[in-house]
Amino acid sequence: MTTVYDNAMKQTEPEQNRLVPGVTVENVFKSFGSFTVLNGISLRVNRGETLAVLGRSGTGKSVLLRLIIGLVKPDSGSIRIQNQDISGLPLDRMGEIRKKMGFLFQHAALYDSLTVGGNVAFPLEHHRRDLSKAERDDRVRQLLSEVGMERDIEKMPSNISGGMQKRVGLVRALALEPEILLLDEPTAGLDPISSAEFNDLILKLQRERQMASIVVTHDLHSAKTIAGRLALLNQGRVVIEGAFSDLQQSDIEFVKEFLKQ
Amino acid sequence: MRLVSDFFEWFGSLGIFTWQVLKAAVTPPYEWSELIRQLDEVGSKSLPLVVMAGSAIGVIISLEARYSLSRFGAKSMFSSTLVYSVIQVMGPVITGLVVSGRVGAGMGAELASMKVTEQIDAIEASAINPYRLLAATRILACILMLPLLTLATDACALMTGWVAQALVEPLSFHQFISSGFSGATFNAFLPPTFKTAVYGLIIGLIACFQGMRTTGGAAGVGRAATNSVVLGSLFLILADVVLVKFILVFFH
Repeated sequence: MTTVYDNAMKQTEPEQNRLVPGVTVENVFKSFGSFTVLNGISLRVNRGETLAVLGRSGTGKSVLLRLIIGLVKPDSGSIRIQNQDISGLPLDRMGEIRKKMGFLFQHAALYDSLTVGGNVAFPLEHHRRDLSKAERDDRVRQLLSEVGMERDIEKMPSNISGGMQKRVGLVRALALEPEILLLDEPTAGLDPISSAEFNDLILKLQRERQMASIVVTHDLHSAKTIAGRLALLNQGRVVIEGAFSDLQQSDIEFVKEFLKQ
Repeated sequence: MRLVSDFFEWFGSLGIFTWQVLKAAVTPPYEWSELIRQLDEVGSKSLPLVVMAGSAIGVIISLEARYSLSRFGAKSMFSSTLVYSVIQVMGPVITGLVVSGRVGAGMGAELASMKVTEQIDAIEASAINPYRLLAATRILACILMLPLLTLATDACALMTGWVAQALVEPLSFHQFISSGFSGATFNAFLPPTFKTAVYGLIIGLIACFQGMRTTGGAAGVGRAATNSVVLGSLFLILADVVLVKFILVFFH
């Protein structure tokens, strides 16, 4: 039986990546106190694929990303990163999994005591001790040049704009050449031009690196630009999952309402 | 009832936090460069404060001791009274409280600010153990630096105490030291100095714990800084009760 998911995959992803698993979320529940955030959610993202997770505020989109990178533990269900179940992994074992993942936080979460260059160098200093300082500096400059910020290497995060902070956050997430990229509201708070530039940047990186990417966003335009597949969440469940055309053709009232934005 | 459960919840969380820090501290990779940065932050940058506090305490004890001892006709006991008061009691406690105020508030606020701006999550997401990088290094720096800072406080207090006395009546520094330390053993002076390593553990642990569990934006950062100082100072004094008894039992 062909599912909506399979159809979307055929339309959007290169053949060779279709069977390489990136992130698999199966029947995950998560509550904070009496408030249920995720109510049996299941998703799958393969290598070379970008999934956009959409939904209203408070539907658990950011919690989903935090669960995937292990900052929050699920109440039940399983989360597998490249086929390895991360539930119950101790911090140090989880560290090994996290080296394969890059995370862009909603507000970039740059280290405010370090320069732009220091922020990008931070993961390299801790995980690529084989690199000399010169090699590391070259790598930092090269990464910053990919987002047009090589001249800002000495600036402090407080002295650059929100859009620039996002770009630094993105290259910091890419510093260890991750196979999985998680983006939390990458275009939130950006003006339309910066937003379009950021979308282009993500598309370019995705083409070059073929990562399994999950983008959590409110921004429908951004979602349909950068993701081959979209999942719409409501009340902690996936209401619909598929290509943008599948969402447009849906008869579900919530989906129609959401697409009116 | 809520207060009681919060009390036990706080101690339970502190126990789990301590275990996580201990595990992280004894397993590689070790964060040497961050430890050196923290040694400088806790040690060098607290030095001017403890020097000033120690100097003031020396003068105060000298003035009080001269007046009290004169009333009882025990002026000959001046040097040893000053030396013992400074090294066994006032030096360690004043150093602990000064460092708790400066370092405890600083660490609590810094870590709390990192927590509410998701910088600690970003460290963890970068596959770096925040207990090792942020907490273990800061706590270890406090443990190592407190005894050294206490020596500085003691030295300044003894110096200014002698100066305050020498200005009133002739007393050479040699006389002051030989009389003050006569009959003293290492057991009289080393345990009170090295007990401040426990103060360092308390100051660092409470500040890191309060900072890394912060919630609630700017107000949370303020609360973390205040609680770090208040709880750190309170536990330091309570611990001193136990430590003094321990020293009296095992070293005298």
